[in-house]
Amino acid sequence: MLLSYNWLSEYVDLTGISPEDLAERLTFAGIEVEAVHARNTGFTQVVVGHVKEVEPHPNADRLRVCTVDVGEEEPLSIVCGAANVAPGQYVPVALVGARLPGGIKIKRTKLRGVLSEGMICSAQELGIPEKVVAKNQVEGILVLPKTDVGTDVDKLLGLDDYVLELELTPNRADCLSMWGLAYEVAAILDRKLKLEQPPQILPEEKEIPVELILDAKEECPTYAAQIVSGIKIAPSPQWMQNRLMAAGIRPINNVVDITNYVMLEMGQPLHAFDLDKLAEPMIRVRLAHPGETVTTLDGVTRACPEGTLLITDGSKPIAIAGVMGGHNSEVTSKTTTVLLESALFDPGLVRTTSRTLGLRTEASNRFEKGVDPERILLALRRAVQLLVEIAGGTVISRETVEVQEDVEDITIQLRHERLTRLLGVQLKAEEVEEIFRRLRFSVKTVDHGYRVEVPTRRLDITQEVDLIEEVGRLYGYDRIPATLPWGTQSTGGLSKEQRLQRTIRHLMLGLGFSETITYTLTSPEELRKVGRLGQDLPLIRLSLPMSDERTVLRTSLLPHLIQTARYNVHRQQENIALFEMGHVFITQEKQLSKLPEERLELAALITGNREPIHWQGIPSKVDFFMVKGMLEFLFTRLGVEGITYHGTEIEGFHPGRTAEIRLDDRLVGLLGQLHPEVSKAHDLDETYVFQLELLPLFKAAGRKIHFSPLPRYPEVTRDLAIVVDADLPAAEIKETIYSEAGELLKTITVFDLFSGEQIEAGKKSIAFNLVFQHPERTLTDDEVNQLHNKIVSKLETTYGAKLRG
Amino acid sequence: MKQKLQELKEEASQRIAEVNNLRDLQELRVKYLGKKGEIKTLLRGMGKLPPAERPVIGSLANEIQKALEEQIDKKETMIEKELLEQRLIREKLDVTLPGRPLPIGAIHPLRKVIEEIEDIFIGMGFAIAEGPEVEWDKYNFEALNIPKNHPARDMQDSFYITSEILLRTHTSPVQVRTLLEREGQVPVKIICPGKVYRRDDDDATHSHQFMQIEGLVVDRGISVGELKGTLDTFVKRMFGQEVQSRLRPSFFPFTEPSVEMDISCVVCAGKGCRVCKQTGWIEILGAGMVHPRVLQYAGYDAERYTGFAFGMGPDRIAMLKYGIDDIRHFYTNDLRFLRQFQSV
Repeated sequence: MLLSYNWLSEYVDLTGISPEDLAERLTFAGIEVEAVHARNTGFTQVVVGHVKEVEPHPNADRLRVCTVDVGEEEPLSIVCGAANVAPGQYVPVALVGARLPGGIKIKRTKLRGVLSEGMICSAQELGIPEKVVAKNQVEGILVLPKTDVGTDVDKLLGLDDYVLELELTPNRADCLSMWGLAYEVAAILDRKLKLEQPPQILPEEKEIPVELILDAKEECPTYAAQIVSGIKIAPSPQWMQNRLMAAGIRPINNVVDITNYVMLEMGQPLHAFDLDKLAEPMIRVRLAHPGETVTTLDGVTRACPEGTLLITDGSKPIAIAGVMGGHNSEVTSKTTTVLLESALFDPGLVRTTSRTLGLRTEASNRFEKGVDPERILLALRRAVQLLVEIAGGTVISRETVEVQEDVEDITIQLRHERLTRLLGVQLKAEEVEEIFRRLRFSVKTVDHGYRVEVPTRRLDITQEVDLIEEVGRLYGYDRIPATLPWGTQSTGGLSKEQRLQRTIRHLMLGLGFSETITYTLTSPEELRKVGRLGQDLPLIRLSLPMSDERTVLRTSLLPHLIQTARYNVHRQQENIALFEMGHVFITQEKQLSKLPEERLELAALITGNREPIHWQGIPSKVDFFMVKGMLEFLFTRLGVEGITYHGTEIEGFHPGRTAEIRLDDRLVGLLGQLHPEVSKAHDLDETYVFQLELLPLFKAAGRKIHFSPLPRYPEVTRDLAIVVDADLPAAEIKETIYSEAGELLKTITVFDLFSGEQIEAGKKSIAFNLVFQHPERTLTDDEVNQLHNKIVSKLETTYGAKLRG
Repeated sequence: MKQKLQELKEEASQRIAEVNNLRDLQELRVKYLGKKGEIKTLLRGMGKLPPAERPVIGSLANEIQKALEEQIDKKETMIEKELLEQRLIREKLDVTLPGRPLPIGAIHPLRKVIEEIEDIFIGMGFAIAEGPEVEWDKYNFEALNIPKNHPARDMQDSFYITSEILLRTHTSPVQVRTLLEREGQVPVKIICPGKVYRRDDDDATHSHQFMQIEGLVVDRGISVGELKGTLDTFVKRMFGQEVQSRLRPSFFPFTEPSVEMDISCVVCAGKGCRVCKQTGWIEILGAGMVHPRVLQYAGYDAERYTGFAFGMGPDRIAMLKYGIDDIRHFYTNDLRFLRQFQSV
């Protein structure tokens, strides 16, 4: 909503309150002012001139030499390039020495050899936004109404004004009108309010009855109409045009301008139908038939969705109620008689219709937020009055009104104690009453509180707490003392899962991974780039995506991580280590009937070198076991035991370098190298990734730590090198050794692995370091040798292992 | 014999003095003092001496041996010291050469800000509550006093999945879920950080996905005063003790009265700059007293209990705090951007 300072000052005395002051006061009462604009965007010394003569320019086809009377002794000679300049016109003339928006200074100058003593201006040159300039005034110089020459154009066009750009919250529909804002400002400033009630005008001679039939009474509870004839369509008076332009509305003609003006003034949208285009003086309001279409004022033929409310003349639709009038009943330059509509439509219905049609208008905006039912008739009277006064109209019908129910002011009880307790400030009863008096709510003191009558213009106030807010905002929140909550203490803090999430984040950072946050929305194509763990589950789709790139919820964190790596590679980053912790969305349902599972996952990607280059040597390139080591580090720090790795093949991954990660046999993640084809497709070098489902890990994490006494007897170590089949998993050999050795074997470490020339084809040599220890005594060599031999013979019989020398 | 011993001592002493490396010194030790060394060899002829002289010679020989040993030890220490000094000179490093770099991970600025905010509220006794990103319409809107077809829904254009399920447009539904879970118990003191989604075209100041932190306090006797006190404490700890805050009336369907909180501009300290659009103030959060309908929906007696709620945007706060000019940086994850946040 754009609020004209000058217009407002007609209703409320603004003496001593500058536009900036007003903006500040409004903002602190809850009507946020986004900006204050001077309507004159920077011109000076532009006056009304009367074009006396227009001669062709001797040296230029497109230029003309005009003789313009600006009220000085001698008329001015001005060279003008506009095609529409003509003798007899009144035009804005920028005098020598004038400034125009953008810093242009007008000088006495010769244009192609002819003296020019000023400039005739277009609306654009005066800095008037094109969208509010009458259509026939957009091109060429601005033609003004007949005015005394020498008049200041700034004043003539109402540009000596300020406009406050309001950022209204949806509850304050009352502030979508000058009257509503006048009430608000009068309350804020505690000043008098001057609003004139328009008179009722009755037909003088002949009278046409208007037939009103409301078929959809719930959707249209109130309808008022009146007919005015003898209208002469013309531009509306300059003062009205100026106010419309200040409010951001383009002047059209007197009839349309009047309906818009009254809407701005009172907040009630009006519509004028050309009566001659109606079958008869009849208005029938009904719901649209299936498949019914209406061509609206903008020339678009629209299919009316079911439930659309239509205004008809009994035989054809002539408007979509509350949204836009029909083309077939439009007021044109030939119109002489209009039927004026002022009605109330169901806010929800107007909202639905305007959303479904994608047609949002000044009218629909007001109807859907709620208009003051008491102004329906006032607005009709005001428009009729203006049609008579401005457009030469004659009233030829009575006010015809259908009202389902008289709307009354509502009464709300406000308890004083509740008020002071909720605001946290001790107020005197007089202070509270004073605030309601300023708001022009009538208030009576009752036991322990007040009875407040809320006028119909404030539809947002329906209960006690709303009144408390009114008191709070007008009393001023800055006057309420700040305190900290007291009472029962709460402990607060992070839950175990929240704490572990932070732990993981900081461990990953410590391992050199940078944290990313990518979009949840993605596309099936993106998700298909890498295979998914588990079976192929249905994707969760948005019903109305904004773009093809974002149609479904992610089921894996990896695709966007890969995308991010690629983005960075393209920006000369070679060593990339990234992770993301976030939710993926899992469902078994094709069409959601319940909320999906939101699975918290950790995913990481690493490619290039582990460290930056260094003068001491070559940095290490990332490899499978480096990443696995990081995972093992994570699990150890989290205190998760029972993790196993199992080679697997998944689409998008290197078939020989990918492992499922299991926690006590439950699949919890994946570690592997991206398939070289996938890496290549994303311009990535050898790339490793892992992903982990975090909740099962959190459950297993953080087992209780019990101190165990430090060993008092020495460890005995033995190395064991064997040759076995190349594809025998190391983990399996370790398992066998552990179970054969029993409790005395403390640790096994693989310390060497090779195959090649010295080893038979299809075999590998693997060497383990075994550490034995007895808790209660020193182990003898003999004991250890026996154990060692037992292990060796087990490996020989189980795997055909051969001991290496 | 005595003279021979003396001569031997002279000779050895001289040679020891001349020696300049440990190996030669060791040889001298063996040559003169060893089991088959020259002193021992000489003393083997002692049997031929008259018995009276033997003790004299014997003690002289001991004296000489001891003296030589001392001399050798001393010399050895000297040479070792010299060698060490030489080594230390050789080992001199250019300490200005760079150290071996360790890979450094950068925390995401949004997480950094969220953790900071969480910690401030944890310090005030708040717990962290979480809720789903895919939410029921009834929790996202209806329970928050935003019925279907209400104009307030325009404030938050949503991504629907079905007519009843959508991507949450704010973290406020966690309020509702928490209250329902707590079944009328007080005090409730939570904040809920998380991702939210709105149908916005991505540009420098809009993102279809962003972060929000919701807060809720419900107890007996909670008023606008407690709201002011809590949030003012928060902004001072977050942005500095010198920061001022103020409340402006506003509107949210789920709070009544509703306010917005501004803080004095953290860039210009309130003098007026580009960031605060010359006003000296920056809007930082929305808040208000929990609407009685929200409490009633969740089964709380709105007569007995009151509360306040607030919501803020970590994206906006991080942009302010670090002077970031484009919200898309947070979701593009350019390493050159992220690495600017690697320090604590």
